[in-house]
Amino acid sequence: MQELEIKQSASTDDQVMLKIDNLTKSFGNNQVLKGISTDVCKGEKVVIIGPSGSGKSTLLRCLNLMETPTSGAVYFNGEQLNAKNTDINAHRQHMGMVFQHFNLFNNLTVIENIMLAPVKIGLKQLRKQKAELLKLKIKQLFGKDKDKEVKVTLNKRVIYKQAMDNAMQLLDRIGLKDKATVYPSTLSGGQKQRIAIVRALAMNPQVMLFDEPTSALDPEMVGEVLEVIKELAVGGMTMVIVTHEMGFAKEVATRVLFIDEGIIKEDAPPKELFGNPKDERLKEFLSKVL
Amino acid sequence: MDFFKDIGKILSTSEYMSYIWSGLKTTLIVSLGAAALGMLLGMLVAVIKISAQSNKKLKVPEIICNIYIGIIRGTPVALQLFIMAFAILAIRNFPLEITAILTFGINSGAYVAENLRAGIMSVDIGQTEAGRSLGLSSSTTMMSVVIPQAIKNVIPAMGNELIALIKETSIVSMVGLIDLTFAAKIIGAGDKMADYFVPMMVVAIFYLAIVYILTFVLRKLERKLRESEQHISDKKAAKVQAKTTKKLNRIQARYDKYVASVKTDTQEDM
Repeated sequence: MQELEIKQSASTDDQVMLKIDNLTKSFGNNQVLKGISTDVCKGEKVVIIGPSGSGKSTLLRCLNLMETPTSGAVYFNGEQLNAKNTDINAHRQHMGMVFQHFNLFNNLTVIENIMLAPVKIGLKQLRKQKAELLKLKIKQLFGKDKDKEVKVTLNKRVIYKQAMDNAMQLLDRIGLKDKATVYPSTLSGGQKQRIAIVRALAMNPQVMLFDEPTSALDPEMVGEVLEVIKELAVGGMTMVIVTHEMGFAKEVATRVLFIDEGIIKEDAPPKELFGNPKDERLKEFLSKVL
Repeated sequence: MDFFKDIGKILSTSEYMSYIWSGLKTTLIVSLGAAALGMLLGMLVAVIKISAQSNKKLKVPEIICNIYIGIIRGTPVALQLFIMAFAILAIRNFPLEITAILTFGINSGAYVAENLRAGIMSVDIGQTEAGRSLGLSSSTTMMSVVIPQAIKNVIPAMGNELIALIKETSIVSMVGLIDLTFAAKIIGAGDKMADYFVPMMVVAIFYLAIVYILTFVLRKLERKLRESEQHISDKKAAKVQAKTTKKLNRIQARYDKYVASVKTDTQEDM
């Protein structure tokens, strides 16, 4: 067991995926985050806990810039996300997000929900390639760049087909293949959230952000969603999870952050944080929720 | 009994009917053209106004949109028609139909914009967030996710706008264009029937028929768009399933065709 833990920390040390540097966020006069700094390494599963209104959801939403930080910086693979010239859409393609209220696209069937982003982004890349080719051809018309070559490697039909196959495979994985052709409105909360998870996975993200994924679910359905998330964790996915499910946090987390009043009050592995809490506020919090 | 006799007389006299048909044609052309233009303009203005909330670069276009909406909604459409026909587009032989389409289209656009904006704002913000979190651009999210849902919500208001537009076009007679209403006036004039009541009634029935057909079509459309909502019948659900399956099969078929074509290409190369 100890060996395994050491191995994990050794492999993650060198690869910081998300770096949060002195992050603050204010809504008007209300300062929600008051200087948060931490790193999320590759393969880590960071669980954020804390009382309501402590800023944990805001912190998570700052990671993929759903909320723009007031000051401080967020780095993803070494690039600053909240810099002026960053193409945030390109980075978000590698960061999956799962919301409390699922937010499946109501106007699309389940499989269309999963296929939308891969298809749209694939087609965009195809258009880019075609534009490059056209540009080069015009240049060559004037005798420049004669020996250069641009190839259009993508194909519309292949993009659609791959997106479809991938979506079906993902649906199969969560056992909802037979729901591919229905609208989300006919599904239960648990099914919706599982589909929301695979919709994010369809983009092959490097990190998954979960914003209270089970808070809006019937108690009965919490288990099936957590099961999917656990499976992902076992598969080695890097994750940041905001949750109130303490049992789940203990089980999945490699590190737990306790946030209160906009700052990280305690940052420790789950065993230590739950077994031997140091912060007074954390002790009080845990005595209430456990 | 004279009333019905006179109606029969109008319907059986080809001279009278030719006025009505050409008037109907003008009314329909102007209404359809204006509706299309209004829709386009309205969508543009609505999207600009919504996007301006999060994008500072759109501040100036937003101000222009607000001025446009303010002026159009603040002045009578008859006055706008006069300004177009007698000032801005007072060009010899310029077709009055185009003038009318432009006037009513620009007028309708302002109302459509506000309707659409309300519709877009009624779509849950979570839908936009989900789209953006997947890395889709704001315009793609808008077009693929938000607007399809917004349209469903604004169909009742849009129906109102379209119906009002069709009836409003009757003022084109003020600039000399012969529409359905003007046709009734011509038929009823002294040198023809010397009776306004009956031709006006005939034309009223035509307007009613148009509006009824439109209402019917809109109701159908709304029902179709609502099929993604809860409480659809099993029959509807099966239909949706069949439609989606067909889409997926088409993707597969196109891919197969592509693979086959690539294979023959490479064989030829060899």
